[in-house]
Amino acid sequence: MTISNNVECPAKTRGLTAIAGAMSLIAVLLIVQIWLLSAALESFLAGKRGSALPAAIFSGVMFLICFGLYLFVNRVDSNVRDSSREQ
Amino acid sequence: MKWLRRSSIEPLWKEEFSVRTGDERYVTRRQLTKFLVLTSFGMFVGNLWILLRSAFYKTRTYPQQTVARQGEIPVGGVKLFSYPGEEDHCIIVRTAENEHVGYSQKCTHLSCAVYYSRESDRLECPCHKGFFSVADGSVLQGPPSRPLPRIVLENRGDEIVAVAVKVS
Repeated sequence: MTISNNVECPAKTRGLTAIAGAMSLIAVLLIVQIWLLSAALESFLAGKRGSALPAAIFSGVMFLICFGLYLFVNRVDSNVRDSSREQ
Repeated sequence: MKWLRRSSIEPLWKEEFSVRTGDERYVTRRQLTKFLVLTSFGMFVGNLWILLRSAFYKTRTYPQQTVARQGEIPVGGVKLFSYPGEEDHCIIVRTAENEHVGYSQKCTHLSCAVYYSRESDRLECPCHKGFFSVADGSVLQGPPSRPLPRIVLENRGDEIVAVAVKVS
């Protein structure tokens, strides 16, 4: 059985919205990364090796952005926990 | 690595199995975010693997192998053979009196065996109806996105010899 405690805590609701936004961004980036990987693999199997480097760089950048968003989610989570503990 | 530390001072099991609805929502969202980021890392590693394979790619040397004799295959006929290895099944088509073309028999979509259709003069994959040109192996129709690897053939006297595989 769970007890609802986020009705009176706007910080928590705001935190959840921020996390949902960050998750949506991560999901979009992930879809682009999946497409990039399949395109790079297709190109590699077709004997064209020039696209491997730009694909790896872009994929790395997207992973770093995802990781940054994950840290953001962690920070929001930590802030909300602290604020709910203070209440 | 302060920002990677767990945010709460509570034991992990209490965090992960919270009795409060709000906290529970946080846990599921956080876990999903972690999973998505790990998947993103997996995609990056996959791209790195392709990059490494491309960087250390060595041009393969192929053996020379007699695949047929002149006149052995009738015009419009085919012969199956294996090249360069026993498991690499290929097809040779005699398209004209003095013209033979060879291709890997493995469809570039999902590796079904392609066959030569004399009526439509093309190589066809029966699995998903992928059609390839018999002239150069390019995709005419269907799901394959890459042409068939071409077997480079040479006429040496009475013999037709396979000398290389050309992936384009």
